[in-house]
Amino acid sequence: MTGLFKRAHGGGAQLTLDPVEASILRSLMVQMLELIGPGPGEDAPEDPLAALFAEGPTKPPADPALARLFPDAYAEGPEAADHSSEFRRYTENDLRARKRDDAFAVVRAIDAAEEDRKGRPVVRLDGEGCRKALGALNDLRLTLGTRLDVSEDDDSLYALPDEDPRKPMVMAYLWLGGLQESLLEAMV
Amino acid sequence: MSVAPVEIERTESESAPFQVPDPDVPWVTIVHNDPVNLMSYVVYVFQTYFGYPKEKARQLMLDVHHKGRATVSSGTREEMERDVQAMHGFGLWATLQHDK
Repeated sequence: MTGLFKRAHGGGAQLTLDPVEASILRSLMVQMLELIGPGPGEDAPEDPLAALFAEGPTKPPADPALARLFPDAYAEGPEAADHSSEFRRYTENDLRARKRDDAFAVVRAIDAAEEDRKGRPVVRLDGEGCRKALGALNDLRLTLGTRLDVSEDDDSLYALPDEDPRKPMVMAYLWLGGLQESLLEAMV
Repeated sequence: MSVAPVEIERTESESAPFQVPDPDVPWVTIVHNDPVNLMSYVVYVFQTYFGYPKEKARQLMLDVHHKGRATVSSGTREEMERDVQAMHGFGLWATLQHDK
């Protein structure tokens, strides 16, 4: 039922979706953008020089999905917490900006999609778009995977009854995995 | 992930007067297993970012998967911070530490 990424003529990749799938993918990306939130440039001072020196947070995000997207850099030793905090202060804003940029690239590609003869949107990505979409799909899977508490030892998520409230998110998670895998293959 | 900033950072770390690098005790970047990242994606990241040949990238991915973690690079603390930041950018769970 669902389309997968295919290598495009002349480089890059393309993905033909049902209109409903395109709208789900777009909506998931927008939700992730809202979760990641504004970074420097949106809530920072107008002065670009001041924004350049704006410092990031020093504590891990409280939200588990965000904490997975922006993990601590140091895990061992008595000073791990201090070093993680310092690292975060200098890197997290850039990391958030990159992840936002990746997700925005997917949203823009969906919005720019032209319809094929059957009225299905065809999402086209150039080489750079492929790399951004690959990152954004991965971030989205990390976000949903954290929400679903996905684990390697427990397959029960994949055999949920239809009435389980987690079912739609599991379906989306698996679908995104297929999309990411097909994009990787299209990029080789 | 262009090449230019890498050179700039190296120059800065080398000229930093307060750093006392010990070449015998390198820092390492460790990638930890997680249940979400696709194996093929992890291989892609190791090939793309570190420039490792496919076989080495695949072996490192398998180490992460089966042993729970693998050392993927080593060098100065500044270099490893850069690698960890890059891994986080790709969505891999990575930390750095002094090699023991």
